[in-house]
Amino acid sequence: MTRLRVAFAGPHITFQDAGRLGMMRFGVPASGPMDRKAFAIAQSVFSNPPEAAAIEISLGGLALDCIEGSVTFAVVGGGFIVQIGARRLGAWQVHTLHQGERLVIRPGPWGCWTYLVFAGHLITPQWLGSSATHGQSGLGGGTLVSGQEVMVQDARTFPAVEGAIPCPIWARPRPLIHAVLGPQDRFFSSESLDDLATQPFYLTNSYDRMGLRLRGPSLTPVGALSIPSEPILRGSVQVAGDGLATVMLADHGTTGGYPKIATVVSDDLDGFVQLRPNDAVRFKLVSPAQAVAIARAGDRALRAYLTRAC
Amino acid sequence: MTLYRPIADHAVLVEFGTAISDTAHAQVLALDQALAANPCKGFREATPAFVNLLVDFDPVQTDHAEVEAHLRRLSDQPLTPRTPATWDVPVCYENAPDLAEVARRTGLSTEAVIAAHLGGDYRVFLYGFAPGYAYMGGLPEPLKLDRKATPVRGVPAGQIIIAGAMCLITTLVMPTGWWIIGRTPTRVLTGDDARPFLFDVGDHIHFHRVSEAQFAARFEPLP
Repeated sequence: MTRLRVAFAGPHITFQDAGRLGMMRFGVPASGPMDRKAFAIAQSVFSNPPEAAAIEISLGGLALDCIEGSVTFAVVGGGFIVQIGARRLGAWQVHTLHQGERLVIRPGPWGCWTYLVFAGHLITPQWLGSSATHGQSGLGGGTLVSGQEVMVQDARTFPAVEGAIPCPIWARPRPLIHAVLGPQDRFFSSESLDDLATQPFYLTNSYDRMGLRLRGPSLTPVGALSIPSEPILRGSVQVAGDGLATVMLADHGTTGGYPKIATVVSDDLDGFVQLRPNDAVRFKLVSPAQAVAIARAGDRALRAYLTRAC
Repeated sequence: MTLYRPIADHAVLVEFGTAISDTAHAQVLALDQALAANPCKGFREATPAFVNLLVDFDPVQTDHAEVEAHLRRLSDQPLTPRTPATWDVPVCYENAPDLAEVARRTGLSTEAVIAAHLGGDYRVFLYGFAPGYAYMGGLPEPLKLDRKATPVRGVPAGQIIIAGAMCLITTLVMPTGWWIIGRTPTRVLTGDDARPFLFDVGDHIHFHRVSEAQFAARFEPLP
């Protein structure tokens, strides 16, 4: 057993696995990683099973002291800074942490989320068979707090795999994202639909695991404020009465009565969440068939990367 | 008319109407049931709501057209929803923070508010907002109120809350702008992995009144 103690944890730093699927009908979104591709790459470094947990690190940063044992770890996602003691490294690398050393992960030149995985079994609480943390309730693995101990069972060290992991171009922030209109685009004027397709929008600081509010042209819905509540997905672009768009993310509410003007293609969400507040983003509208083609191309690229890397 | 709306790369929203009705919801439940018994290729999950059913699929295995064709085939067969369960839920109305205000706003006595609430025929239309928040339709007309102007923070689990035509039982400490008219020892979020959520969408709920002492005797604090 390798024991780590949280010396410092910023907000929104949680345990996550691949997600808690199939519970939307009970009001429970999948949660899981904000950047699912970076998470998958991180787990593949040690051939961890899909249900394995990782620590998702936000711009708040995390410091861990190794108080017993040693373990090889990988940090994947975003352009974060990784420090072991005085050694300054980057994300997208594999290293080994030894007893008495402090690991610090903090924001670097780009990105909002990174994943810390261990060669070993990260022990976390579970809820409904998953350690994915549902942010608002704290159910699942939970949010990391200063002073807390983190245990890695069957921790191993792999000097042979230490070093850099290639960061593929598609893991970078994505300022142009594909979206399919609907399911309630009929409640918006042609001007609003045109603005969505042509104007830049900007990320705001209203950004957490539930969703990300955008600043940009007002997309005021026309006579749609009393539609019956209906299901929401990760990627739904929901517009409230004030005309501001919110892109729903990992911990989204499962139903809601605000109209959704469009829905972001899933393949673009990983790169979208690596944009930072005040970054510009543009929507490129595509047909459902084109969206499926994008999903399949993204899946092929991820599989090809994982096959090559392992 | 049934509409099939494609969403992004991975879902179809099947819509049976635009306004809340028993007919539309019965169709939602019937298709949900048929799909559970006979899932399409690449099926991930279905989420029932008031007038529509969201069907989520893996776009690597299938696409909107195939899923829609499957759903149309299911709809062409007679759809018979399962017989819903009925649950008896005890409610203690003593010391409820908003009972007096609900009485004032509805022009009823508190006893009449309680009688009206107990007289409702409730059914779970959908879950939403937070884990285990089951939206129950069937609140009697005289109790329909707009929600509060400002939500109250930190409302605990097990509260009976009402707004509009809906009633629900809170499951977590969350903010709410709904009116708190009672408490129940019944846990919708059961903590039992074999049946983590007490109600299925479509189930019926009957409330019955218990005293403070009976509530205390049956109340089991959350672990």
